Amino acid sequence: MSQTLNIQNLHASVDGIEILKGLDLEVPKGEVHAIMGPNGSGKSTLSKVLAGHEDYEVTDGRVTMDGTDLMELEIDERSREGLFLAFQYPHEIPGVSNANFLRAALQARLPEGEEIDAVGFYKEMYAKMDALSMDRKFTGRAVNDGFSGGEKKRNEILQMMMLEPSYAILDETDSGLDIDALKIVAEGVNRMRSPERGFLVITHYQRLLDYIVPDVVHVLFDGRIIKTGDKELAHELEEKGYDWLTNELVAV
Amino acid sequence: MAEENPVSWFAAPPVFDLGLELPDWYRQLQETSWQTFLTLPEPARTDQNWRFSDLKKVRFSELQAARPAENAEALVQRAKTERVEDFAAHFVFANNRLIHSEINELPAGAICLPLNEALVECGDLVKNHFMKEEGSLGGSKFSALHAAATLSGLFIHFPQGATCKLPILTHHFASGDFNCVFPHMLVVAEGQAEVTVLETFETAAEDEQTFFFANTDLIANNGANLQYVALQDESDHGPKHIQLNSSRVGRDANIKSAFVNLGAAWVRQEAIARMMEEGSDCQVFSANLANGTQEYDQRTLQSHEAQHTTSDLLFKNALYDQARTIFAGLIEVQSGSHHTDSYQTCRNLLGSDQAEANAMPGLEIDADQVKCSHGSTSGQISDEEIFYLQARGIPAEQARQIISLGFLNESIARLKGEAVQSYLFDRVERKFKSLT
Ligand SMILES: Nc1ncnc2c1ncn2[C@@H]1O[C@H](COP(=O)(O)OP(=O)(O)OP(=O)(O)O)[C@@H](O)[C@H]1O
Ligand SMILES: [Mg+2]
Repeated sequence: MSQTLNIQNLHASVDGIEILKGLDLEVPKGEVHAIMGPNGSGKSTLSKVLAGHEDYEVTDGRVTMDGTDLMELEIDERSREGLFLAFQYPHEIPGVSNANFLRAALQARLPEGEEIDAVGFYKEMYAKMDALSMDRKFTGRAVNDGFSGGEKKRNEILQMMMLEPSYAILDETDSGLDIDALKIVAEGVNRMRSPERGFLVITHYQRLLDYIVPDVVHVLFDGRIIKTGDKELAHELEEKGYDWLTNELVAV
Repeated sequence: MAEENPVSWFAAPPVFDLGLELPDWYRQLQETSWQTFLTLPEPARTDQNWRFSDLKKVRFSELQAARPAENAEALVQRAKTERVEDFAAHFVFANNRLIHSEINELPAGAICLPLNEALVECGDLVKNHFMKEEGSLGGSKFSALHAAATLSGLFIHFPQGATCKLPILTHHFASGDFNCVFPHMLVVAEGQAEVTVLETFETAAEDEQTFFFANTDLIANNGANLQYVALQDESDHGPKHIQLNSSRVGRDANIKSAFVNLGAAWVRQEAIARMMEEGSDCQVFSANLANGTQEYDQRTLQSHEAQHTTSDLLFKNALYDQARTIFAGLIEVQSGSHHTDSYQTCRNLLGSDQAEANAMPGLEIDADQVKCSHGSTSGQISDEEIFYLQARGIPAEQARQIISLGFLNESIARLKGEAVQSYLFDRVERKFKSLT
């Protein structure tokens, strides 16, 4: 069984408009891949299609996670199979405390009849919150409700650390973070890097990639990957902008 | 005509005699209240106060005073196993009779007695406050009936400065078809006193036609803090639950009251909050989960009767199947009650196309420098919220439950005391789990 997240010729549309237009990408376990690309190029669409959002219709292509056909699975099944998406805009869930939410997510991973050990759960959660410099008061607060932009992003990373996915997609987790928070979050991600886990990091800024150093960098433009390179590609993009690549594309 | 012969409700006055020497004033009040009850018209939908109410759901006939419950010991056990762990005192009533009482700690000078005992031991004090609310939101016939019949429930009096962090608990059970219970609760908190009361209404068996005619009067004087919480967790078939509540808030005092409804076939709750003096503040919360053909009918009045008073009301309904809710809330800022802040919100979460949530917010202002707002909304759970939970591995159906529970929890979370909150939260969660 191949230990990779494999995307082949993915086409997806929303309201009949095609956004992903034949996207190919492979993230093997143990690697960190970055995706960069201009606004509206389809980065968040890709992440939501992978997570299974129902607004997006997959019209062609294939996605497998460690050999399993992802498109055959329900949204929640994909998560339990090991896929995690840190949202660009995390939703607020009024009245549901962060702790209860995380508990329900972990409980959903246990076999029927088995109960989460509450003491162990809190211990682990507090340790991970400490690592992210999150105040304990966030356990009792409703999920993302009234959180600042940066607090929401940190909360996404806390969830990732608790759920320990095999593949994590981080959609612009750096936006809204101040420099200290960025370092803390990057450190959290780096500590989770392992041969057992793959990352897909979506970002607009080279800055994040100074802290989470990618193995591979892709450029997404108009629903397709138009260039793939090593971490130097990110520097080049920062210097020259996307025009450099898209002009090249037109020229070809 | 709505005024059919009201005697048809009862063949005889539903008074049970404990063989006690009760004060004359009380006996007289019972008698005049019974006469008032007989003369008052039946509730009718043509009355604005009963608009939208499905009175066909309730048949007031063949009613009777409840005979003693059979399984008292089992009921005491039930009340004990499920109560809040740390409490000041606990009283259990079944079919109007006290079947259990336990007192752990009460502040010096505090009175916390079953009504029948209080009438004997401190009758004059009871008399000063007993059934004094003259206003009505439509339930005056029920109020008269209650005054004619009640001998159960508590009289609580906290003198100046008496405070108790732990809640005083009561359980009221009813059993037996057409049996009526009349739970009474009268709480008086004098200056700077602090008290929390948590009442639970339950039925002994499923699907019995029991009737609760409850009355709750709360009085908080100078700087007192009073919290009252009612959990109605009766069987969801059969029982009819009527509860009339009044709150009188004095200078710089605060009353928080909450009504959580999970059971009963039909519920009618009326809550009148009077802000009487400067600095009076009242908060009223409700969290209701209705399914099947349950109907919850709630009417409220926030009456501002002095300057610089505040009030806030948050009612939340989650409805499934063919359930119905009615919320009618009036904010009244009386003449000269300047600098009033008053808010009122009713939110409905519709879990089915056939569920029906009616909201009638109202506002009457006769003062200046007033901040008031009222609003009601109805909606469904957003797909984005469900997606967010599902994306964390939680199955869709469970995600819906968690979100709905959170929706109701928003008003529970406004109460004081984690133990009280989680007691209510667990009960609401239990009902959600029973829905699927
Ligand atoms: N639910 C939707 N309904 C309509 N249009 C959508 C929807 N989701 C995405 N789109 C459109 O698809 C295109 C790609 O959007 P997407 O959010 O994937 O871009 P992005 O690369 O993540 O951009 P950004 O860098 O701004 O986050 C945009 O033109 C967007 O308007
Ligand atoms: Mg995006």
